[in-house]
Amino acid sequence: MSPLSVSLRDVSVKRRGKTILGPIDLDLGESGFTVVLGPNGAGKTTLLKVLHGVERVSGGTVQWSAPADAAQQAQAYVFQRPIMLRRSVRNNLAYPLQLRGTSKAEIAREVSLWAARVGLMDVLDQPAPRLSGGEKQKLALARALIRQPSVLFLDEPCANLDGRSTREIEAVLRAAHDSGTRIIMTTHDLGQARRLGSDVVFLLNGALHEQGPATQVFAQPAQPETKAFLDGDIVD
Amino acid sequence: MNDIWAGILAAFQLIVSLDADLVEITLRSLQVSLSALVIASLMALPLGTWLAIRRFRFRRAAIATLNALMGLPPVVVGLIVYLLLSRSGPFGVLGLLFTPTAMIIAQVIIITPLIASITHQAMRELWAEYHDLLISLNTSQRQRVATLIWDGRRALLTGALAGFGRAIGEVGAIMIVGGNIDNATRVLTTAIALETGKGDFALALGLGFILIALALMVNFAIHTLSRTERHGTW
Repeated sequence: MSPLSVSLRDVSVKRRGKTILGPIDLDLGESGFTVVLGPNGAGKTTLLKVLHGVERVSGGTVQWSAPADAAQQAQAYVFQRPIMLRRSVRNNLAYPLQLRGTSKAEIAREVSLWAARVGLMDVLDQPAPRLSGGEKQKLALARALIRQPSVLFLDEPCANLDGRSTREIEAVLRAAHDSGTRIIMTTHDLGQARRLGSDVVFLLNGALHEQGPATQVFAQPAQPETKAFLDGDIVD
Repeated sequence: MNDIWAGILAAFQLIVSLDADLVEITLRSLQVSLSALVIASLMALPLGTWLAIRRFRFRRAAIATLNALMGLPPVVVGLIVYLLLSRSGPFGVLGLLFTPTAMIIAQVIIITPLIASITHQAMRELWAEYHDLLISLNTSQRQRVATLIWDGRRALLTGALAGFGRAIGEVGAIMIVGGNIDNATRVLTTAIALETGKGDFALALGLGFILIALALMVNFAIHTLSRTERHGTW
């Protein structure tokens, strides 16, 4: 797990002639827990997908501190609506390791380890699509972390989850961050952003409106729109 | 109505007496149709899946052609295979005409588009569901195809069974390329056609009931082996 940084220069994404994101310049360092904030339609998910390389940019460059292939291999992404393979929980966890050609013994060990970490030991042999929303999100998170990524992208990982599930997922995220995984996460939950974030990126209408350390942005936002958003006002 | 009762009786007698001819043509029917099914599936499953995930210039035309080929008239397929395998044809030297191999070739041509098209439909839905995850995991084309085929195997089984149903019930093409030769290429469907032509409706119906029973048994066997109805097992 080697640390990665990324720079976006003049990046824009257009769909059917409409600008969804950018043009944007953004630098994200090798470590930290970045929280991407902004109202609906601000471009948060698009930014995450651009960084991960699954969204094609209309202009500009995305430059990782490693070659493109190596950078992609060192990343993992957890989608807002967790995608479950039509397999058991055990086989969902094993899947990323099977792709890498990991030995069966190693896979079995890692699957048990991660299932225990996220509290899914009791449902290991159940079909993943039949899990509850919270369990699915925990499985998606464990399936991402089992690859030991340098960078983990999370798109609203706790949307629609109850307090207990949110707390459990946040604990896993803190542990991953403490062990050196760089995390970039979108969220609507300002409380969660305050609890977890080390730095904040605030997007508005597809543009980067403000970026800085979380303590500074939350205490003294530089932009009036950021302050209004953090105060709970409707911003568009 | 009398013919139907006579047919049921004839089928019962043939089965109870384990008629040697019946056993032979039944086994040949299974051999030809299952061989065709395996060969067609090996081609059609990856092809249908590949069409679902791959974007290329003439993709729509390829899918439309595949769907159109589902309606291939078996008699025409039989005629073309006959011409290709006949002594004066390009593959005449192989001496395959009027052999079970020729019948398998004709059935493969008939059922491959059917299985590929059903596979494409099923895989298109699964690909829409898996797309973001498999792209995110940086999977290769081969890994995507393998994942979709494995996870969509229950839907693919339906396609394969539809192919088997068409193959085991097919008569036009295998009559032309097989010749319905006794002890060589006669199968249940061609035997039914022969007995009907001779006016022995009871025996033809009896063979028909056995054909239906055979198709049902193969379906049940495949479902049981693949555990499609055991909801708790993945």
